[in-house]
Amino acid sequence: MATVILPPRHYLNDGYGIASWLFTRDHKRIALLYLAGVTFFFFIGGAFAVLIRLELATPAGDLVSDETYNKLFTMHGVMMVFFFLIPAIPAVLGNFLVPIMIGAKDLAFPRLNLASWYIYMVGATFTTYAIVTGGLDTGWTFYTPFSTVSSTSQVIPAALGIFVTGFSSILTGLNFIVTMHRMRAPGMTWFRMPLFLWSTYATSLIMVLGTPVLAITILLVAVERVFRFGFFDPTLGGDPVLFQHLFWFYSHPAVYIMVLPAMGVISELVAAFCRKPVFGYSFVAFASVGIAVLGFLVWGHHMFVAGQSVYAALVFSILSFLVAIPSAVKVFNWTATMYKGSISWDTPMLYAIGFIGLFTIGGLTGLFLASVGLDVHVTDTYFIVAHFHYIMVGGTIMGYLGGLHYWWPKISGRLYNETLARISAGIIFIGFNLTFFPQFIVGYLGMPRRYHAYPPEFQVLNVLSSAGASILGVGYLIPMIYLMWSLRYGRLAGSNPWGAVGLEWTTTSPPPTENFAETPVVTWEAYDYGAPVEGHVA
Amino acid sequence: MLPEAHHAHHPALAHQFDSLGQQKEAATLGMWVFLLTEVLFFGGMFLTYAIYRAWYPAAFAVASHELDVTLGTINTVVLITSSLTMALAVHAAQLGQRKLVLWFLVATMVLGLAFLGIKSVEYYHKFEEHHVPGPGFQFEREYFRHAQLFFSLYFIMTGLHALHMVIGIGIMLVMFWWTWRGTITRDYYSPIEISGLYWHFVDIVWIFLFPLLYLIGRHGP
Repeated sequence: MATVILPPRHYLNDGYGIASWLFTRDHKRIALLYLAGVTFFFFIGGAFAVLIRLELATPAGDLVSDETYNKLFTMHGVMMVFFFLIPAIPAVLGNFLVPIMIGAKDLAFPRLNLASWYIYMVGATFTTYAIVTGGLDTGWTFYTPFSTVSSTSQVIPAALGIFVTGFSSILTGLNFIVTMHRMRAPGMTWFRMPLFLWSTYATSLIMVLGTPVLAITILLVAVERVFRFGFFDPTLGGDPVLFQHLFWFYSHPAVYIMVLPAMGVISELVAAFCRKPVFGYSFVAFASVGIAVLGFLVWGHHMFVAGQSVYAALVFSILSFLVAIPSAVKVFNWTATMYKGSISWDTPMLYAIGFIGLFTIGGLTGLFLASVGLDVHVTDTYFIVAHFHYIMVGGTIMGYLGGLHYWWPKISGRLYNETLARISAGIIFIGFNLTFFPQFIVGYLGMPRRYHAYPPEFQVLNVLSSAGASILGVGYLIPMIYLMWSLRYGRLAGSNPWGAVGLEWTTTSPPPTENFAETPVVTWEAYDYGAPVEGHVA
Repeated sequence: MLPEAHHAHHPALAHQFDSLGQQKEAATLGMWVFLLTEVLFFGGMFLTYAIYRAWYPAAFAVASHELDVTLGTINTVVLITSSLTMALAVHAAQLGQRKLVLWFLVATMVLGLAFLGIKSVEYYHKFEEHHVPGPGFQFEREYFRHAQLFFSLYFIMTGLHALHMVIGIGIMLVMFWWTWRGTITRDYYSPIEISGLYWHFVDIVWIFLFPLLYLIGRHGP
């Protein structure tokens, strides 16, 4: 085996010192700035989750007051949704990979990219200010008129933070769309692009089309609260249900902002670790776009009990069922890719398998919630909480961690400890299921969400869930440690440690600032692993 | 010298692009995508307006009659004229007529400022008439709540439009500076062109705002 050496010149040693990072326009460095940001806010949001699960270990509301509890779950939701889940994969992995995967030197607008990070940090600062000066108790949904009239907590700075951060999301989406349209290397046609890029493109569409609606909605809430202009307050002539429509018009598609990029990651992982092209490439690609489009037409399923007309509920119900089709296409195609593949069980693949299982459970329980009658029964119970955590934690975070482990050698140039990584992937999978599966049951039995006390007969399931959460927490801390450790002590990775195909594996690890020594010319299809059975005895 | 090599040395060419043509296409697409987000941003307000107007047509018509149609009409003309001068600035930039570009940019900014001036006069009148929503709002009893809703929408929609005008004038100042110092040339005028796209978009928003806010119920006998 040839000795692996670090390339003499790469993006990490192209300038040292704080200024070379804070004023960088290199998409790879900006990705790492985002990595620092989202990791920090992930652990802040996680800390709130720890307190929630501690409180719920006993039926009595004994650890925190009911008002404090309201703030805990609100701030957990706000931090995780707006400052971790939405930016995590697009802004970290997307930022790093989009230009490299299409063979470009950078995104189309590098300065705008850096500005996006600063906007994200400014928004996060406002929201953090809201947290440290008393917190927010509206739920992450900001429902009116509670948020505009009744709540005495820090609604304005928190809302301002979300408003500002929205623009970071919009500008990132815009940058990706323009880059993919205008910067592809010669020969890199749309249908030769890795599927991660298709799902990033679909995600960008949602960011660009949905986020402005959230921005204006949050702005109207702020104006109503500060100036007593009535948009949603019935005493001023407004309609609170209109707020819910506007809010969910963004916030339902936002779920797909979180999960679509994770699906893109999984397509990459499954192909790389099964040594096969993704089964039905164009179906998977169009399924991403299909999910993005359908995702805009289903928001009413959050409002089945909110005074929506029966006919609207019926239509939203049917449309929500339709989302299952492209989602299932993906799951079936990943499975078909694995079929008779040469599967290696490296850490990223463990996360991919975990994703497929957990996303399937999350998706199937979503169908329960799309059925109007059943949804009325479980609305605002732990069933809902379990469902969306299966999608957001079981889906997005598994995809994010899988992707981070897969591309970490490319990002850092070094390998992490594979044994520890496999163990922690297992711990996360077990901890996750122990945390959230009992919540399906306790929710179906009727335990409502957002209360700090509950009847004693639910205690066993809640203790299981809290125990699972502590295992999950350990599972998240271990990668922090060995990934940091690998930065200094990890073995050198070489340009292609997995033997994977794709432009990112043709350049050095870490890549040079301009990504490629010379612009690549693409003459091969995506996932060019040769004929599926070649080289293997079936 | 090869043509590519010549382009590579163009001072306006950013490092991530291969050619000025690619850079221009990217910038133009970027602006169109941005305008798409703006459509959705204003769209949220237009939707809110549409629903409340459909629910409370009488109150909206009565409240609309309190707006100053004369000033509104003058402002519409001012703004359309500014779109003309903006288009002429782009045309002059394409032909490389630097002085004309500067004059047309000045004209666009002056017209934009005139619009904002007239708008603030209107706002001041509304303030004096106690038509600003909130605790001090006064209106005939029958329509009090829904007229307040109308004025809430009036202020937020025209206010955000005016904010976009202020940003637009800021962009024009930058364009003026770039043209003055010679960054904008016949080879490289896409900044002026995409600034023009933005300016026209802001005008179009007003073209919708004017009839929706000022002209409700004025078509009758």
